[in-house]
Amino acid sequence: MKFKRLLNRESTWVFVLLLPNIIVFLMFSLGPLVASFFFSFTEWDLMSPMEWVGLRNYIELFKDETFLKSLWNTIYFTLGTVPVGVIISLFLAVALNQRIKGVRIFRAAFFLPVIASWIAASLVWMWMYNPEFGLLNYFLGLIGIKGPRWLSSLNWAMPSIIMTVIWKTLGFNMLLFLAGLQGIPKSYYEAAEIDGARWFGKFKHVTVPLLSHTTLFVVIISVINSFQAFDLIYMMTFGGPARSTSVLVFYLYQNAFRYFRMGYASAIAYVLFFLVLIFAVVQFLLQKRRVIS
Amino acid sequence: MKKKHPWKIILYVVLGVGALIMIAPFLWMISTSLKSIDEVFSYPPSIIGDTIRWDNYIRIGERYPFGRFFINSTIVTSVVVVCQLFTSSLGGYVFARLKFRFRDTIFLVYLATMMIPIHVTLIPIFLIMRFLGLIDRLPALILTDIATAFGTFLMRQFYLNIPASLEDAAKIDGCNPFTTYWRIFLPLSKPALATLGVFIFMGMWNDFVRPLIFINSVENMTLTLGLANMQGSYSTDWPVLMAGTFISLLPVLIFFLFAQDFFVKSVTLSGLKE
Repeated sequence: MKFKRLLNRESTWVFVLLLPNIIVFLMFSLGPLVASFFFSFTEWDLMSPMEWVGLRNYIELFKDETFLKSLWNTIYFTLGTVPVGVIISLFLAVALNQRIKGVRIFRAAFFLPVIASWIAASLVWMWMYNPEFGLLNYFLGLIGIKGPRWLSSLNWAMPSIIMTVIWKTLGFNMLLFLAGLQGIPKSYYEAAEIDGARWFGKFKHVTVPLLSHTTLFVVIISVINSFQAFDLIYMMTFGGPARSTSVLVFYLYQNAFRYFRMGYASAIAYVLFFLVLIFAVVQFLLQKRRVIS
Repeated sequence: MKKKHPWKIILYVVLGVGALIMIAPFLWMISTSLKSIDEVFSYPPSIIGDTIRWDNYIRIGERYPFGRFFINSTIVTSVVVVCQLFTSSLGGYVFARLKFRFRDTIFLVYLATMMIPIHVTLIPIFLIMRFLGLIDRLPALILTDIATAFGTFLMRQFYLNIPASLEDAAKIDGCNPFTTYWRIFLPLSKPALATLGVFIFMGMWNDFVRPLIFINSVENMTLTLGLANMQGSYSTDWPVLMAGTFISLLPVLIFFLFAQDFFVKSVTLSGLKE
């Protein structure tokens, strides 16, 4: 009888039906987030007992040249991928929002790299970048340029990675922009046409201002994703040559799972989390209204 | 009558060249996967080799259990897709249709967890998996994803738009919240489930970080990790590597060709993630 009464209460149902979500949330999100924060104040190699070190990891981080280098590389990587990627994808979306023949095929072509795994993309591009037999240096050779050694070159490794990332993420940003463009009423363009605006005028005075929300959104997502780059760096350069492509997450990975410095790695994780949080909060505030209604 | 704009021709040329650049790496991959190793290292490169070497696709399995990688990826992906579709629709239904205290606050907090990068929680999750004895076993790749805030969010948005009259009718028929979900809401949400399903499928199939951390033995590797390892030992055997890469892409590619709209929709929606 008591069981039956419990079943009739909606709050019991809420709890039972949310149980899988609650368990995963506590076990794999909230719990680890708190644990990670705690670990960042300790020194621990998984074998010997954990030692409380206070802020030492954080202090050490900002004296650690490899960490600072990785932080700088993350910024370099972000500045290299985001502005160019966003601008190209914006123009692409505007172009593919026109009524032109074969628009579906064009969209599919630009979207194709998005569905590939980072590992597949890395492998294909490692082969593209091959200094002697890769396609890229072959084409450069045709126009009389001796191509660099791309991934094994100190100066070219990061730009190579950046080019691959732009190639891989262009279609994703393009789609977000296309979704944004679909939200602009046709009447705005008609009004601009009556005022005598040519295509660039329409682009400048209608598309760009009305798309500013989408643009900000795409920029923030791209920045957050750039901070977390790992797969292709692991694959293509393993942080090298000479740490020139070592980014935050890569250094975190090395500390945690190569050097087994769990506390130190957790401190890096929290620096990463803090950076992501700044951008995520801005985005969250922008989105909140849309989500809750 | 509209007159032909010269800018349209320029647009076509630019888009055409752009599209070609985008797919060139894929064509180069397929072309390489069908060449002999001598042809790969010859100058100038040819698009099609003198003989088409299908045997590269057989040689993938010679030194590594490539078939096993494929099966492992399939297992992990399909289990997660099924589990997450169920937990997401269930959670989405609760947050959209049931009334309880602090509902929207709880939902917002849950939603906020989408912004936590996996790398931040990776060490504790690794320790949990070790504690559970799941290191080097496939469940380690499954457990963390059987329920997600993003999936719940997506389904909730869908369920918010279903008229309340359906729910009331179910109540009169004596349905409890679960049977209402199971008989009325779940069947109605097929399009949303398909979109979410495509999204989960793509994410799981392409996942690399967790296999890298949790899996050690070759026979338990998924395709991404397996390929990464093959690169280490086949470093110059590009035909075989490209053949493996192509096969790893094939399921997503086939899916994409048949359900392009669902892909586009799921990716656009995933823009809301993070």
